[in-house]
This record gives sequence, structure tokens and C-alpha cells, in this order.
Amino acid sequence: MMLAADQGLADSSNVLVYTAMAVYSLAFLAYVAEWVFGGRSRVARTSASLDAEGGEADAATPAVTVRKNGATSVLERPRVVTRSAGPARPETPDGPGAAGGDERGDTYGRIAVALTTLAFLMHLGGVVTRAIAVERGPWGNMYEFSTAFSMVVTAAFLTLLLLRRNVRWLGLILVGTVLLDLGLATTVLYTETQQLVPALDSIWMWIHVPLAIICGGLLYLGAISSVLFLLKDRHEARLADGATPGRFSSSVLGRLPSSVSLDRFAYRINAAVFPLWTFTIVAGAIWAENAWGRYWDWDPKETWAFITWVAYACYLHARATVGWKGRKAAYLAVIGFICFLINYYGVNIFFDSLHSYGGV
Amino acid sequence: MTRDDAPRSGVATEGAPEGEPAELPDQRSDEEYATAGLTTAPLDGDEATAGGERARGERGAGVAVPGSFAGTRAPGVGGALSWVARELLGWGRWFWRQLTSMRVALLLLLLLALASVPGSLIPQERSDVTVAADFRQRNPGLSEFYDRFQLFDVYSSIWFSAIYILLFVSLIGCIVPRTWQFVGQLRGRPPRAPRRLDRMPAYTTWRTTAPPEEVLTAARQRLRRRRFRTDGEEMPGREGQVAAEKGYLREAGNLLFHVALIVMLVAFAAGQLYHSEGGKLVVQGSGFTNALPQYDDFSSGQLYDVDELERFGFTLDEFHYDYSRDSVDIGTPTEFRADVTYWTDDGTEESSTIEVNEPLRVGDAKVRLLGHGYAPVVTVKDAEGNTAFSGPVPFLPQDNGFTSTGVIKVSDYVGPDGEHDQLGFQGFFNPTYNIDEVRGPHSTFPEPDYPVLTLNAFHGDLGISSGIPQNVYQLDTENMEQLTDGSGDLFRFDLLPGESVELPEGRGTLTFEEFENWATFQITTREGTSWALYGSMAAITGLVGSLFLQRRRVWVRARTEADGLTVVEMASLGRTESAKIPEELAALAAELQPDAPMERPAEGDSAGADSSGAGTGDAGDARDEDAGDARDEDAGTEPDAPDARKPDSPPAEGAR
Ligand code: HEM
Repeated sequence: MMLAADQGLADSSNVLVYTAMAVYSLAFLAYVAEWVFGGRSRVARTSASLDAEGGEADAATPAVTVRKNGATSVLERPRVVTRSAGPARPETPDGPGAAGGDERGDTYGRIAVALTTLAFLMHLGGVVTRAIAVERGPWGNMYEFSTAFSMVVTAAFLTLLLLRRNVRWLGLILVGTVLLDLGLATTVLYTETQQLVPALDSIWMWIHVPLAIICGGLLYLGAISSVLFLLKDRHEARLADGATPGRFSSSVLGRLPSSVSLDRFAYRINAAVFPLWTFTIVAGAIWAENAWGRYWDWDPKETWAFITWVAYACYLHARATVGWKGRKAAYLAVIGFICFLINYYGVNIFFDSLHSYGGV
Repeated sequence: MTRDDAPRSGVATEGAPEGEPAELPDQRSDEEYATAGLTTAPLDGDEATAGGERARGERGAGVAVPGSFAGTRAPGVGGALSWVARELLGWGRWFWRQLTSMRVALLLLLLLALASVPGSLIPQERSDVTVAADFRQRNPGLSEFYDRFQLFDVYSSIWFSAIYILLFVSLIGCIVPRTWQFVGQLRGRPPRAPRRLDRMPAYTTWRTTAPPEEVLTAARQRLRRRRFRTDGEEMPGREGQVAAEKGYLREAGNLLFHVALIVMLVAFAAGQLYHSEGGKLVVQGSGFTNALPQYDDFSSGQLYDVDELERFGFTLDEFHYDYSRDSVDIGTPTEFRADVTYWTDDGTEESSTIEVNEPLRVGDAKVRLLGHGYAPVVTVKDAEGNTAFSGPVPFLPQDNGFTSTGVIKVSDYVGPDGEHDQLGFQGFFNPTYNIDEVRGPHSTFPEPDYPVLTLNAFHGDLGISSGIPQNVYQLDTENMEQLTDGSGDLFRFDLLPGESVELPEGRGTLTFEEFENWATFQITTREGTSWALYGSMAAITGLVGSLFLQRRRVWVRARTEADGLTVVEMASLGRTESAKIPEELAALAAELQPDAPMERPAEGDSAGADSSGAGTGDAGDARDEDAGDARDEDAGTEPDAPDARKPDSPPAEGAR
């Protein structure tokens, strides 16, 4: 039985989500400002030439404190020199970031991050109130799935920032897609339905579905990074060939991390998610075994989960295969994420109708 | 092919100390030796060509056949035969090596993903026969094309099977040698340090007053404390150095993952071959015994023996359900539960409940709750007042409101003329009755708020005795005549529970006594399910090891210089480039400070004083493009040779 208070909660959840969208929009504008001001900075303009210079990176060399015979002396730690195992062209240093060293750009970037955090808190509040209102996990339908998905994306981004990872360059694209996703969720996908059928009333609903959402959110970060890698890699290759790329690409791409960093970032995320995604599929299979009497029957949802899994396995393999590492592997990662999207949106929306339109 | 082989087999054996080459031909192989074997992945070298082995066996008279595996063909039949045999063997080995290469494994994986797609787009016969049949009917031409490529049954088609079987053959062909190689590495010792440690991905060096032996002992201790495997203290040819390796679990995890994939595939195949799956509709109050004739429908795998059906049975005591009445969720089910009493072979009886996600397990069998509906209990009396039929008749729900259709067949009946006759009724049971012009009588809610039974009546031949199996939910009215009421209109009636109707022309009465619930159950057994589960758990464990652990080597070398100081050099090398590896080396170097305190350079400027230890300036500059030549040149150069490097040369920066 639905109480009136629950309807009230469901409404406030919607209000929170709408407010979050408004704040995300402001954050989006602030990221745009960061890029625009950053583009005017001298650093950004010269970074293209900086890019071409190679060099060995110096690992951090903090002083170490050594206690010996009761006396404390501060010693310099021996410096570690690193060198790359030999990419075809000299390694490029990371770009200066969206603000490009410009002070005003940097201020806007900080504002953008603050706004993103604020929007995230509202977003989180919206999801939590929804969960309380419907008295179950807030991932029972496409609307809820989409809101939770973009929440995970933002949460992952903010966590990385909190861990002092250099990821602010992701902000603009990320908040842009979060807005797009929330826009779709609140208009096309919105549903009042709150009750779940008994088949979904299972402990696996609390494991399989949220894990799938988390995997999706993280893989999205990896996919953005892979796409940017492909762009930046071509940019660096042009520079190495002595060509002068267009003003736009040298300004924007020049500010991004180096292709090596982008590739590594994508790999870390994808490799970390792969076991989790494997577990998500296994959890789904266990659930299917309980609910339907078979753990695997090639239904479209299962099939696309499998295709996504194989695509990412291909990606991981490609990185260990001569002639496939680098660009081809990155394409595979992007394809893997597209498969994920097909599974989560495509299969829900189009595939059933594909069956019924099949005869037309 | 020899080219392809050389480094690989070399690696495998040289991991063990006894296999160490006495003499090093050049710098490059020195480094290859130190870095090889960090993974057992097959090296995809240059494409091996048929000509690769030509050089062999070039003796005696004969015709050299360029581009062949078999090389020279000796004259005569014997020569030709042995040439063909060698040629076939060569091609066989070539094919096997291709199949087990990383590249082909990758292509097969890609193919597997691609091949899975059509099955999600085209209705599959195995999962949805009716949709597939419907599709066939509507697209006869396209269906013929689909049939030719088994597209209605993709996942058991020849081409799909071919892909995954090839993939798994490749997988086995890959795992077996890799396992042996790995065992060899575990039994051996970490390979000794390359001569030029500064060429390794992470490198550090400093000078200290501590004697070399003490530094090395301390280093060995530290490394062991960090759970590195180190080489023995007094291994011949390894004076003045420590070699250590860690992270073997990565490789173990990787192998475990791939073996687990095979376990999962075998378990899945076993499940396909040895399974049984049957459905049964049980009316509340009645029971089911697990034997073939009791099933409504049944299917099993090719190798399943139906005599092995688990011996048990159960009675459906009560079925519970609940549907939401909230405006937004109206009609959404919120509860299904079947209370059952089941008995097993040894005579024990127990009560239990079955819910949608909680099947009942009896021995190997699982009983699942699939659906439910209503069975009106009907009594038909014939013209003479004798009971011709009495009992519950399951009606099948057709929509979310549980508008249910059904058929009552009365085969043993005497008509008003005293003749033997048969009666048939067909119509609806609507738990919450409603009627409108568009849909006629229908139900608006699944729960019985206003239960009405609406029927038409027929008499004549039901066709039951014809010997053709009949669907109990359909009435074959071909040899039947519909009853009419007194005014000539078709006879049709609505009944509430407890109500009766007089059949026209004194044909007797029909009473709608009450209605019962029924539930459908699926009874399955499947082999290999737990193995599939163990396999998947092992696969995940293996993956975590394979993806999160780093396999790396650390070397330490200490040597007394001419000025009496000890030069310590440390280097590390990982399987993949990771920031953690240089960090670890830095930490190790710091840990060694108490035992080998760093001697500050007298000049004070670290960059200037650092310079010893790197190679010549030319080598440093050339290292990226032309490392090979530079290395050859360097071979034999003492790593700590006086610096001749240009001051702006980047490698010199911070080399210390
Ligand atoms: C059933 C299909 C297969 C799947 C799903 C699969 C999946 C994977 C995954 C996820 C990894 C981890 C990659 C990493 O460490 O970054 C891996 C590594 C590896 N796979 Fe497979 N694999 C399959 C078949 C094969 C086959 C047929 C071979 C034989 C050539 C093979 C050889 C390897 C090797 C050598 C590695 C280790 C690469 C390295 O050390 O980085 N795999 N595989």
C-alpha cells in the first residue's frame, strides 16, 4: 500500500533531480569557461611545441628520514630514473590541463568542480529519496537506472579528483553526458511505476543490478579516455612527423594528458572493471538459475552481456599482442563500451520491438 | 619458424641457473636474457614463413625446393615420400603455431563476439518457438535464407560451434606449454642481472662507504622481507649481484583464469547434454509425481536417461498471491507463494514453500514456480440426474487482468433421449468480471473480486476416441453442434460461484461450485551447474591476480670503485609499465640507506656528480632509435666509465 508521504517523497526526489540538472548546467558552463580561458593562455599555445620534446620522467624524490643510533638525519633518497620500454616516438609530457595554466581558467575550473560536487550531492539525494519512496533499490526501471548510472559516473569522477588524480580534463565531456542522460531519463524514460514484480524480488537485485550500473559508469570513463587517446595519439604522431596541426586541435588536444597517460588511464579502469563485470554476469546467471531454471539461455540481454565481455577480453588481449596494442586496442575498448550501451538501452528499448517488427 | 622459436625456448630453460650461457655473445642477448620470461605469453614474432626451415638438411644430392618446409628433395620415390612427410609435418606445425598464437586467439575471440550478434536479432527457435514460427510464416523467403545458415538456431549452429571449438583448442594449445614454462620458472631462479642495469625501465645508483658484500646481504634481506624470490648467495657467475623476482601469482592467476574458462565450457556442455526440463500444472489440493507420463511437457538433453528422474512428488496445499491496487502499479503482482508437501524416495514427507526466486530442491531436481491461474470447479449432471462430470478445470490466463479461457469436456454423458452423447463447453473465467462492446466479457483485475464463468455449450463428438492426442485447452467443434436456447439464439450463460444453469432441452444441469487456484511448476535437473559456478569463481579469482598483480624483477649490484667507495646500482623491470615499480625501487633504495648510506658528492651539485654510471653520450642519445647498435658498441664498456656525455643530454639529468 502506498502512503501519501511516499508520493511526497517521490515528488521531492524528482525536484532534487531537476535541481541537480540545473546545477550541472552551471558546472557545464564553468567547464566551458575553463577551456575558453585556458585556450587564451600562452602555455596552451606553446604546449604544442613542448609536446614534441621527449625526455625521461623523474620519479618523485622525497627526502627520507633515517633514524640511526638515536640520531635523526635527513638523507636524500637516491633518485630513480625511469625510462619507457620504447614507444616508437619520444614520450610526450602531459598537457597542462583544461585551464592551460591560465589563472582565470583555473578559477573557473575550480568553480566547475565545486558546482559538480554540489550537483552530485543533490543527485545523490534524489536517488536516495527515490529509494525510500519506493522502498526498494532505486534501480527498478529505465528511469531509475539512468539516474543511478550518471550518478556513478559523477561519483567516480569526484572520487578520482579526491584521490588527487589529474582528471579535471574529463569534466566537460562528463558533465555534458550526465546532463544528456538525466534529460533523457526525466523526459523519455520517466515512469511512475514503483512496484516490482516478484521475479525481481531477490537478493541478486541488490548485487547484480547495482554492480552492472557501477561497471557501466566506470567503463564510460574508460571509453572517454580511449576516444581522447585516439585523438591525442594522432595529434602526437602528426607533431612527431613535423606537421603542424590545426589551431583548435593543438590548443585543445595539447592541453590533454599525453597519449601514453590517456591509454594507461583507460587501461587501469577497464582492467579494474573487467573482473567486476565478469562477476556481474555470473551473478546474473546465478539469479537466472534460481528464477528461470537455467543459468544461461542466450536471451538478448545475456547475449549482449557476453558480447560486451568478449569485447573487453579482446581489448585486454590486444594490449598483449604485437600489432594490436595502441590504436587497435583502443578501438576495441570503444566498441566494448558501445556493446554495453546496446545492452542497457538498445536491448530494453529496441530488441523486443525488433521481434514484433521482424515480420514487417 | 626457427627465428620464432629461438628466444622462446631459450627463455624457458635459461630461467634456471644451470642453463646460464657460459659466454654472452652481445649486449642485446644479455638484456634479452634478463628480461625474458616475465610472462609466458607466446611471442608473436615476425610471421613465420614456409621458407624458415629451408636451411636445414641441406646435404646430399637433391633438389632444393624454395619456400617449402621440407627443404631438399632427395631423388627417388623414398626421397619424394619423405619430402612430402616433412612438408606435411611442417605445415601441420605451422598451422598449430598459428592457431595457438595470441593473434589468432584474438581474432577468434573477435569472431565469437561477432557471431553472437545475429542470435540476438533473429528469433531463436530454442528459446521462443512461437515467435520464430510466426516470423517464418511472415517471411518465407528470408526464412529459407536464414535456415541455410542455421540462423534460427545460432548458438548450436555448425559455424558458431566451429568458432568456439577452435578457440578452446587454441586455448588448450596455449595453456599447456605456458604451464610447463611457468613451472620451469618457479623451479629456477630469477635471471641474473644484465650488464647494463641503467638500461632497465627503472634505475638508481649511489656511492657508499659500506663494503659490497654487506650491501648485497642487506639487499637480499630486504628483498626477501618484501617477499621477493632471490637467487642463492653463492651462485657461480653471479658474484657481486642480487637478482630477485616477485609477482609469480600474476602468471598463476592468468593460467587459472584460462583453465577455469575450459572448466566452464565443459560444465556448460555437460548441462546441454544431461538435463531434463518439464512443466506441470497442479491444481490446489492435488499432487504431482516425478515420472515422465505425469508431465504436461518435457524435454531433455541428448544423453539424459529419463529413468534417472529423481523419485519424489509433491502436493500443492495452498497457493498465495497478491496484486497491487495502487493507482500507478495496479495489477502488478507483489507476492507468489506455493505451500507444498513433498515426499522423497525414502518415504519422508516434509512441507515447504516455493517462491519465484526460491525453488524447492529435492536431490538433483529443482522445482520452480512459474505461474498461476484459476480452475473453476464444475459439476455436470446428465438428463437422468447422474453426475457426468465433476471437478476443477484449469482455465488459462490471457492477459494481465487474468481474462482466462478454458474448455470443459464431458465425455461420459447420457442425453435426454437416453442415448450416449458428449458435451463440450468453452468460454471464459473472469476473476473480476467486466463487459464492454470492444472486448466483450473480460477481467480487469487478477484477483477474484467478481468472479464470473461465461460459457457456450456444444454436444456431439468430442473427438477424444479418434486416437489423436488432443489439447485439453481446445475444443474441436467440427463434429459438434452448438446448443441453442428456446428462442433459437445460441445458448450462453454467466454464472457466479454456487450458481447452476439448466441446459436446454432437458439436457441436465451445470453447476459452478467454486474455483480453485492452480500453479505451474517447472522441474529441472542439470549436470555441471555447480562446476560452472566453481569455474566462474576460479576465473574471477584468476583474473584479479592476473590484472592487479605486477610481476617484476629487481637487481642489485655492488662493486668497489678505484677510489675505494662502493657503487650500488639497482634496477627494476616490470611486465607492464606501472608507476608502482619505480616507486617500489625507490622505497627499496631508501630501505637500504641504513646499511649503505649514500655518500654525498663532494662537488655538491648532484647533476654533475651523477654522471658516472651512464654510458657514453652517443649511446644515450641514440638509445631510442637505434638502441641495438648503441648496445653493441657499448658491450664491454664498464657501466661506471668516466662520463663523456653532453651536458644537456636528458638521460644524464637526475641519473642519480
Ligand atoms: C576463451 C577465450 C579467452 C578469453 C576470454 C581470454 C581472456 C583473457 C584475459 C581477460 C586476459 C588478461 C589480459 C591481461 O593480463 O591484461 C588474458 C590474458 C592472456 N591470454 Fe587469454 N583469453 C582467451 C583465450 C586465450 C587463448 C586462446 C590464448 C592462447 C593464445 C590466450 C592467451 C593469453 C595470454 C598469453 C595472456 C597473458 C597476456 C599477458 O601476459 O598479458 N588466451 N586472456
